[in-house]
Amino acid sequence: MILNEEQQLLKDSAKAFLSESAPISALRAMRDAGEDHMPELWTKMSEMGWPGIVIPDAYSGLEFGYVGAGVVLEEMGRALALSPFLSSAVVAASLINQLGTEQQKEKYLPGIASGELTAVLAADETGYFDLSSIETTATASGDDYVLFGNKRGVIDGHNADLLLVVTGGDEGMSVFAVESGASGISCETRLIVDSQRAADITLDSVTVDGDALLGTLGGASDAMEFTIDVAAACSAAEMLGISIETFERTVGYLKEREQFGNKIGTFQGLQHRAAQLFAEIEVSKSAVLAALQALDSNSEKRSVLASMAKAKCSKVVRNATEEGVQMHGGIGMTDEFDIGFFMKRAAVCRQAYGDYHFHADRFASLRGY
Amino acid sequence: MENLETFRQYTRDWLEANCPEDMRQPMRSDEDQCWGGRNWVFKSEGQKLWLERMAEKGWTAPRWPTEYGGGGLSGSEAKILGEEMARIGARRPLSSFGLDMLGPALLLYATEEQKHQYIPDIVNGKIRWCQGYSEPNAGSDLASLRTKAEDMGDHYQINGSKVWTSYADKADWIFCLVRTDFDCPKHEGISFLLFDMASEGVSTKPIKLISGTSPFCETFFDNVQVPKSQLVGTLNKGWEIAKYLLTHERTMIGGFGLAGGGMKGMGQIAAAKRGKKDGRLRDASLRAEASSFEIDEMAFGLTIERITDETKAGQGTGASSSILKMYGTELNKLRQELLMAISATDALNFDSDSKGALVRSWLRSKANSIEGGTSEVQLNIIAKRILGLPA
Repeated sequence: MILNEEQQLLKDSAKAFLSESAPISALRAMRDAGEDHMPELWTKMSEMGWPGIVIPDAYSGLEFGYVGAGVVLEEMGRALALSPFLSSAVVAASLINQLGTEQQKEKYLPGIASGELTAVLAADETGYFDLSSIETTATASGDDYVLFGNKRGVIDGHNADLLLVVTGGDEGMSVFAVESGASGISCETRLIVDSQRAADITLDSVTVDGDALLGTLGGASDAMEFTIDVAAACSAAEMLGISIETFERTVGYLKEREQFGNKIGTFQGLQHRAAQLFAEIEVSKSAVLAALQALDSNSEKRSVLASMAKAKCSKVVRNATEEGVQMHGGIGMTDEFDIGFFMKRAAVCRQAYGDYHFHADRFASLRGY
Repeated sequence: MENLETFRQYTRDWLEANCPEDMRQPMRSDEDQCWGGRNWVFKSEGQKLWLERMAEKGWTAPRWPTEYGGGGLSGSEAKILGEEMARIGARRPLSSFGLDMLGPALLLYATEEQKHQYIPDIVNGKIRWCQGYSEPNAGSDLASLRTKAEDMGDHYQINGSKVWTSYADKADWIFCLVRTDFDCPKHEGISFLLFDMASEGVSTKPIKLISGTSPFCETFFDNVQVPKSQLVGTLNKGWEIAKYLLTHERTMIGGFGLAGGGMKGMGQIAAAKRGKKDGRLRDASLRAEASSFEIDEMAFGLTIERITDETKAGQGTGASSSILKMYGTELNKLRQELLMAISATDALNFDSDSKGALVRSWLRSKANSIEGGTSEVQLNIIAKRILGLPA
């Protein structure tokens, strides 16, 4: 369970690039300007080929696998770099690759791989990622389908070019690739805590042609399970990065801040909590790597490991960001200081693609109880 | 890669032919472990055969050099052997402080003559070792130990006592920390000695624990004579060996955090006892706790694997044994708590037969975060050695 040379190189170069191009000050500036995404950063990431990391070579991707995507996401978590990398290049691309026909893959994947096209999964309707009772419908009308429904909290959904709309109904789950500008789509956005916007999307009689249906009608369940695994493991990787960075900043502060005539890092009460957190982060590292490797090998333990990683990292990042603020004391609560940004992004990552409770529950079910 | 696959096939065939049937059954309790030693009484013919066959190949110590009786396997081969043993549920042929603690230290610090003298009998289970570390006033602060070894010209004379000596009453030999210089900082006057527990002047007294069992002893030394050739490493430099050996002890104890071979998952155990409704464990709160536990248990198992692989690749951090020790023992305590919770009032039986096994093992587990350095000591080590927090 170690990174191979190529994976390590990718991680190192991602780290170098992000510390240069996506410092926390850039996120702060974006927020202060009232913006909700960073298009220039995405252009630079695209120039480096990152959007193609998990996409097969046949569709102009790098075919670098999920461990590759994970190491980049870990570094993105460290830098709090905002981009459609996870939502479009990893999650949406994986769903299209799993479910699409040859023709559909050729239509969408090269665009996603180049970064010019961004796609986003529009599945959840409940606000807590309950995909068991999707009410959005697709009704056949000649060669076309007509879609009705409401999708909630699609992060950055208003900036995406393509929505992967999940529909339910008697025939089972289906996925439609719908252009975001299609007639009948309306979108309301809400500012969320990490300065991004989440879109509540209404589909009111949206007519798409038969080619928009990815795969077959009602045939999306397995691909959705795979996609949930991808999203969970990769989001866990991002949370791991947030945990590590928050932790390193906090330990740095313990070594420098003085009270009662001593560095506060000499106090055993703080030392033990820091050491405990370090051990938890080490354990979550292994959880993430195993989940990513299981995706690359499509192991039978894939889903169990993915839910384990998401659940574990959700808990650890909560702990890491909370201790990060607490151990910085009053300054940690100020907007002027950066540590709060990590707590805010962590809150969003923890909810993305199923929270701790969703994945702990899924884990138990997959383990047969 | 082809060689490894050949090795796997060879190993699989060999285990199939040589592992006795009763050695493929999960251990029912600690009583099923084989510790070896001069006075060992085998529990079955299978246990005896299994130890002899594995020792013959050096596979009780797969990675140790063949010249001392070890298996001489590479890290990858040893991993395969472990996987193939797990595949058929083969028991560990020999539980031994010689294998888990002393051997690695001897390989690093002993003279060639000492290696040839002591290591083969560790591999084949002929000598059972115990560890003379803690003393009544030197527990967490181990380096303040005061058991004295005086230079008597041709031998050392030992006086003092040890406590928490695991299985001292059953062991053949002891590896023992003694003070050979009282006039220097406490870490600098310690030496590492080996001697026979049958030596004149050695006595032991088992300590009865809250679990009702006595895995630990008090050990007393009254003018015990030890030949000078039984000093390992340099005089007064024993603390370095002591620390190195402790990293192995911690990793071993941390392994308690893993579920034993063949043990069902916590959720399955709970479901078998409490029943399911609509495919889910009936008690929702217990289900949530079992899930949380299994997630940590799985992530911890993967961490042992990752750290082992990193060490093999030369990327390991020295203090990782403290992480494994702290995390694994806390996890095992939680495991025992959950097993008690699942069995509820039935779990309270304290009969001396197998009915009391659950509660005894729950009580026993409370020692895990104390023995081999408390969880608090491990956190100190992580804080100082890994995180570099100031003293």
